[in-house]
Amino acid sequence: MMRRTISVLVENKPGVLARISNLFSARGFNIDSLAVGETEDTTVSRMTIVVRGDERILEQVEKQLNKLIDVIKVSEYSQVEHLERDLALVKVKADKSNRSEILQIVDIFRAKIVDVSPNSVIIEITGDEDKIQALLNMLRPFGIKEMVRTGIVAMARGSK
Amino acid sequence: MEKSGAEIFVESLIRENVKVLFGIPGGVVLPIFDKLYDAPIKFVLTRHEQGAAHMADGYARATGKAGVCVATSGPGAANLTTGLANAHMDSIPLVAFTGQVATHLIGNDAFQETDATGITRPITKHNFLVKEVKDFARIIREAFYIARTGRPGPVLVDIPVDIQRASCEFIWPEKVEIRSYKPVYQGHPKQIERAAEAIANSERPVFYVGGGVVAAGAYEELQRIAEKADIPVTTTLMAIGAFPTDHRLSIGMLGMHGTYQANHAMQNADLIIAVGARFDDRCTGKLAAFAPKTKNIIHIDVDPTSISKTVTANIPVVGDAKSILAELLKIIKPKKHTLWLTQIKEWEEKHPLDYPQDDKLYPQYVVEKICEITKGEAIVTTEVGQNQMWAAQFYKPKKPRHFLSSGGLGTMGYGFPAAIGAKIACPNEIVIDIAGDGSFQMNIQELATAVINKVNVIVAILNNSHLGMVSQWQRLFYKRRYSAVQLYTQPCKPFTCPVPDFVKVAEAYGAVGLRVFKKEEVLPALKKALKVKNKPVVIDFVVEPEANVFPMVPAGAALDEIITSLA
Ligand SMILES: Cc1ncc(C[n+]2csc(CCOP(=O)(O)OP(=O)(O)O)c2C)c(N)n1
Repeated sequence: MMRRTISVLVENKPGVLARISNLFSARGFNIDSLAVGETEDTTVSRMTIVVRGDERILEQVEKQLNKLIDVIKVSEYSQVEHLERDLALVKVKADKSNRSEILQIVDIFRAKIVDVSPNSVIIEITGDEDKIQALLNMLRPFGIKEMVRTGIVAMARGSK
Repeated sequence: MEKSGAEIFVESLIRENVKVLFGIPGGVVLPIFDKLYDAPIKFVLTRHEQGAAHMADGYARATGKAGVCVATSGPGAANLTTGLANAHMDSIPLVAFTGQVATHLIGNDAFQETDATGITRPITKHNFLVKEVKDFARIIREAFYIARTGRPGPVLVDIPVDIQRASCEFIWPEKVEIRSYKPVYQGHPKQIERAAEAIANSERPVFYVGGGVVAAGAYEELQRIAEKADIPVTTTLMAIGAFPTDHRLSIGMLGMHGTYQANHAMQNADLIIAVGARFDDRCTGKLAAFAPKTKNIIHIDVDPTSISKTVTANIPVVGDAKSILAELLKIIKPKKHTLWLTQIKEWEEKHPLDYPQDDKLYPQYVVEKICEITKGEAIVTTEVGQNQMWAAQFYKPKKPRHFLSSGGLGTMGYGFPAAIGAKIACPNEIVIDIAGDGSFQMNIQELATAVINKVNVIVAILNNSHLGMVSQWQRLFYKRRYSAVQLYTQPCKPFTCPVPDFVKVAEAYGAVGLRVFKKEEVLPALKKALKVKNKPVVIDFVVEPEANVFPMVPAGAALDEIITSLA
């Protein structure tokens, strides 16, 4: 199984997200994450999809996406120098006794504490998958109460 | 000039050169039906929306033009779905229009509201919900364009009733420009060269031809390449007639009920040239054991997703089959494959298509006689099951678009309405639905449509009193435990108390009904049926109930594990 980040430019119209998610469920493709948002052109949205599968499945995913009428362009980043970013909010158990320890970890990862309550803190971290996983590993012993993530977005480096 | 949505609908259909619509009205399509009242478009009122969709489909398959159907919201749209799914699986150009509740009611569970674009998303090539009347003409234009181009397919347009009433300036787009939809037509020259090279180096090539050749109209190019390079041709169910069935290079259909020689040719070929075919499981048999001796697989298809989906093609050529084959024809060199063709001939002689030659009335005999009396010139539609496979094996159409069958979806109830659609499209052709008694009952109500519209089609029921194909599987693989396949009242014997009496049903509708029990009655009955004008004829051929379709590649077996008789 391989993991691949695919960027899909689509018409910014109702129903397009449903078409894409339909395609994934109907063909049994696995999505790790999916992030959608407008692009610099408001008539176009970009979906960044992280999928898993073998070479044949990944090839089919791209072709099937391309086949959808509302899909303008499909590109994938496996051969391209690119950045990947995901944003996570993590609510961790914290009290007087360990708050400073957590703060240290957060500093090392260049994450931020964005909310504090008597027995928890919310940490915001931006980064690629590895960085987020590494932070989560460090936080787990304190007790993670809740987490949300935006899903990965990606962009090729350079002027292209 | 300002036009209402309903007027835009009619005007746009005229511009799209639509001559016939099939369908049923209802509350939220009344504005459109009011404009159809005096429009120069024939409206065929069907008895079920499924019938309408299949008629449009039969119309499309017989002509190559897009078929068009219309239904109301809710149940009307829902009833279309089988027909849309059927057209989708077989890549048939269809445009379906459905009424929808008024825009401000959408999402409120209004009366007869269903999310038509939602339920048809996976079974159409594309669909549209018209949200503003100013978009309507453009959407219709795009719907027809998308349905016809690239890999064809059904497109649904859902029209809220208030859009039909609203008006705007009518502007017909001169051309279609969809930035996200640009089908590829020209094959890559490098790939075509590689294909020619593979053909030059092959000793045992075989053409494996599917419905894409029909969609592209690539018959001539195919035949000329086959002849020039001396390559045998097997077709899928979808492509029967795309290559002349009586040609010395024709080796018949492949797959589950394909010929012995076609299946063995696939398994022994060193080169497979797939054209507009998609290696579906009914054609390949067990994938892991499929075509083990191939050195090269050339796959020509307009749809890139078909390529290397199940079987990896090392020489893919994406594009229109007609232009690619034309290019290929220019560069291939003449060849002879005498040894290979002799080998295939030997397979054929070892296990030709046959059936018992005793006095009983076998369904295969009926199909043979239909072929004989029509000289293979009639348009034959089929239902699904044994009747379909016997038709595929024994009806040998002379021309393409003369064998219309539900391939991908296997929809019982397809053949009769499709025959009506084909006959309306081609009034000068003889049109015969080769039917099963089970399937015919799934859209038997369309007898009313055929009678009222004076549609002269023949329904040849191969009546075995059973859901025959299912009972064949139970006979072969479930120890003859016949579960839910008898179509007669038990404990009667088959045919002693038939339900229904098809002759009486036909007569009750105002059609002609005939019944045949014996071999010698077959030709006379067919002759009589062919003399009938202006109304449908139903012939109830009471055939051997336990006849089997052979050869057969059992599900999950390899193509050369084909069985040719009961063990
Ligand atoms: C709508 C639908 N329902 C069920 C099936 C499953 N099925 C496949 S063949 C068959 C039997 C068809 O019986 P009949 O029309 O009498 O044809 P025969 O096989 O006897 O020629 C059935 C039930 C189907 N293909 N389509």
